[in-house]
Amino acid sequence: MADQATFADQAMPFMSSLYAGALRMTRNPSDAEDLVQETYLRAYRGFGGFQEGTNLKAWLYRILTNTFINSYRAKQRRPQESELDEVEDLYLYRRLGGVEAAHYGRSAEDELMDFFSEAEVKAAVEELPENFRLAVLLADVEGFSYKEIASILDIPIGTVMSRLHRGRKALQKGLYEFAVARGLTDPVPGGDPPVTASSGRTDS
Amino acid sequence: MADDCNETLRELYGFLDGELTPENRQHLQQHIDDCSPCLAAYDFELELRMVIRRRCVEQVPESLRRKIAEALGEPAPGS
Repeated sequence: MADQATFADQAMPFMSSLYAGALRMTRNPSDAEDLVQETYLRAYRGFGGFQEGTNLKAWLYRILTNTFINSYRAKQRRPQESELDEVEDLYLYRRLGGVEAAHYGRSAEDELMDFFSEAEVKAAVEELPENFRLAVLLADVEGFSYKEIASILDIPIGTVMSRLHRGRKALQKGLYEFAVARGLTDPVPGGDPPVTASSGRTDS
Repeated sequence: MADDCNETLRELYGFLDGELTPENRQHLQQHIDDCSPCLAAYDFELELRMVIRRRCVEQVPESLRRKIAEALGEPAPGS
């Protein structure tokens, strides 16, 4: 049984992660703030039920997700799972593998980072239908295991895997559409692109 | 060889997610080490995941942090 007096010390460090998750879920800063605040209050009141030694971040995320589903989702349109198109495997790699390297000619770690802006990545995640968005968020952004995601979302592991599989492909398609919309090899908008002389930009 | 490539593709996310059995993990690692097309695809997916993670970071508004700290009976930071 967890001691409520230690709650703040243990739980406050996860606020950035929870707030980022809340923003991707609600897509709205004011709702995200309310959601995080409500999550902390609920978690504080229920902290006696948290088992010390288990994953506190996963426990907090379960409360965040449940609170979102019960309180905030009702306000939003609920997209159906069938809205996701079939997308082939390695969708983005088959289209962009090499393009970004040829354009920027930089080290592997920096290529994709420079290729997509912060706004594009956030928008691509936020455009995913909710079920897929939650799974992708928990796995790819927060790094939870399949088992933890199953417990957070209260769904079987097989469902976690299929939502991840389809959600990730849809995310890649969304990112690709952003890249195409601004012209595949044009610089990233919004001040994120590399500014080194070797970046090959031709704005002049 | 093509069978191994297909299997690698099928298991790639399980591998990236750290969810394969030790035997499958080792088998896939060996294939990736030997097969440059599969290695390139693996690198791309790994990098993409890093980009998604790093691009989704947010700064908590100070007002929210203070509100929650106060609600939990903590002294507000800096006060």
